[in-house]
Amino acid sequence: MHTPNLIEVNHITKTYTEGETSTKVLKGISFTVKKGEFVAIMGPSGSGKSTLLHILGLLDEQTSGDYIFAGHNSKGFSEEALSKLRNQRIGFIFQSFNLLPKTTVLENVKLPLLYSDVPRSEWDKKATAAIELVGLSHRINQESGDLSGGEKQRVAIARALVNEPDIIFADEPTGNLDSRSGKIIMDFIQDLNENKGHTILLITHETATAEHAERIIRIYDGEIASDEKVKRRRTASDEYLK
Amino acid sequence: MTFEQYLQTSLSALKRNRSRTGLTILGIVIGIAAIILIMSLGKGAQKLILSQVQGLGTKSVVVVPGRQLEGPPSTVGLESLKKRDLEELSKPYNVPHAAHVIPLIFGNDITEYESENFRAQIYGSSDQMPVIFDADPVEGMFFSQDDVVGSANVVVIGSKVNTELFPNGGGLGSRIKIKDKSFKVVGILPSKGASSLINFDDGVIIPYTAAQNYLFGTKHFDRILVDVDTEANIDITIEDVKQTLRMTHDIDDPTKDDFSIVNQKDLADRVGVITTALTYFLAAVAAISLLVGGIGIMNIMLVSVTERTREIGLRKAVGATTKNILLQFLFESVVLTLLGGIIGIILGTTASFVASVVIGRLASFEWTFIFPIGGAVLGIVVSTIIGLIFGVYPARQAARKSPIEALRYE
Ligand SMILES: Nc1ncnc2c1ncn2[C@@H]1O[C@H](COP(=O)(O)OP(=O)(O)O)[C@@H](O)[C@H]1O
Ligand SMILES: [Mg+2]
Repeated sequence: MHTPNLIEVNHITKTYTEGETSTKVLKGISFTVKKGEFVAIMGPSGSGKSTLLHILGLLDEQTSGDYIFAGHNSKGFSEEALSKLRNQRIGFIFQSFNLLPKTTVLENVKLPLLYSDVPRSEWDKKATAAIELVGLSHRINQESGDLSGGEKQRVAIARALVNEPDIIFADEPTGNLDSRSGKIIMDFIQDLNENKGHTILLITHETATAEHAERIIRIYDGEIASDEKVKRRRTASDEYLK
Repeated sequence: MTFEQYLQTSLSALKRNRSRTGLTILGIVIGIAAIILIMSLGKGAQKLILSQVQGLGTKSVVVVPGRQLEGPPSTVGLESLKKRDLEELSKPYNVPHAAHVIPLIFGNDITEYESENFRAQIYGSSDQMPVIFDADPVEGMFFSQDDVVGSANVVVIGSKVNTELFPNGGGLGSRIKIKDKSFKVVGILPSKGASSLINFDDGVIIPYTAAQNYLFGTKHFDRILVDVDTEANIDITIEDVKQTLRMTHDIDDPTKDDFSIVNQKDLADRVGVITTALTYFLAAVAAISLLVGGIGIMNIMLVSVTERTREIGLRKAVGATTKNILLQFLFESVVLTLLGGIIGIILGTTASFVASVVIGRLASFEWTFIFPIGGAVLGIVVSTIIGLIFGVYPARQAARKSPIEALRYE
């Protein structure tokens, strides 16, 4: 069966202009991601990974080139339509969690529902289910500030999942975590892909983290240096084999 | 998002920063409270002044001897109102809408009882005086028409006169002396406070015939009061009174009138206009503090927008539109100012109530507390408008933030 491309990127560039100086951060990037894939984007700091992810997540616009999301060119969407796509078809996980302070786990996870068409009566049910999925049911009424880093990122994952998106964009999700919490998060993300069928695009600069994916795109100085399948994927069970 | 959800979102944002919320709305609280206080006190003062001016009700027309309407009374014709005028004015075919026509003579003299004495206001009038002035005795009765016709030596005394002359009570039925003439006390008035025309507490009232014959030796009146049947007929009655007096005084040229007419309603209206203008002026001064409060809110909202750049970015990343963010922040500032407005109304009302009690204690007159409904409505409306006006700019700043800039912000 032919699997459609969820993401299609054709010769995308991004140039930041500040006064007289302009910096070309992305210099013609092309690749595709199929539905159900787990792709990692690797590259050194400053190579343009976050810039690319923001364009793919419909938070920013490319300077030139085409970005086809789920069969539609991003240039054709109104501001309203972009908001709706971000709300319903895209989930974000950030390095710095970005939870609302002094707000409970439940309220944080409900946030995307606030801007959705989901009837209010279902909000609690959906948010509770997402929180249960990340194993934080016992923390549901805690304020976000009282959680550990790993727990915060799991809340962020629940928030990304609550509207059942087509794709999850994760920008260095383990960057602010100790290695043990980082592994738990990565195993979790991998599980979402393998067993729950979520498409995932992960940014990282650590090879060990990237190897949880099935494919790695390496970016160097705004260009794709390589795009290849992972020969030996890391899995949760690897840890136990050691 | 629904109205209720915006409200909830803004309330939880304001709750997250309670102390700042409190300090931010302080300016609005003070401004609204000041306006409520001023409007309430203004209304109270107006009511007090009106009750003094009105002492005899807005339905009364007062005929004053002498030429001028305004300025110091002219010496010409000060004795122009005579018994004949009273009789003509009392005839229904001359002044059909007059319910009562009452003469008044003023003076003051020493009143004596045994070893006690007191300088009292002396009023000569008719038996109908209590109808207009609402001055029924608490003890005894007012003198009768027969007393007036027969120049009877009877007197109705005010409450202060009573306590001064009869410290041990027993005034009713006793005989007091005024100018060495003896008068029998037939009635004692309750304590009433002063009105513009009559000082009842310090006064004694005797039949005008007795006053003319025994005390003042004159034949004229100082005032004639015409009580009109309904307020609507005041203007007609004023004309009727003028025509009647010109006829009895043989006056053809109205500029040569030897009397003038004071309309209580006009007077009351004028006082009302002045006190209202004064109240609004003071309220406008208080409104400046609202302006300052509004600027304070704008300032804090701008700080808040900057601080919450990440939150804005996140909300946009999970699906908030520019409009969602704009409305969220606009709601926050309106909720802030409205909260300040409501607290201000409660505070201002409490303060004006306390003020009314204190004024009532310190001053001898009755000061009524008036809840300024108009002020409260104005307070709600004004604080909402301030929230909208001063909230728009910060809300637009928030809504304009691009999500990536907001998310990169550290
Ligand atoms: N708004 C901006 N204006 C100017 N330069 C920017 C802006 N955002 C990012 N950059 C630059 O673009 C480059 C790539 O940044 P980024 O995409 O964040 O890299 P990475 O995520 O791979 O570390 C960096 O050199 C950064 O300084
Ligand atoms: Mg980055």
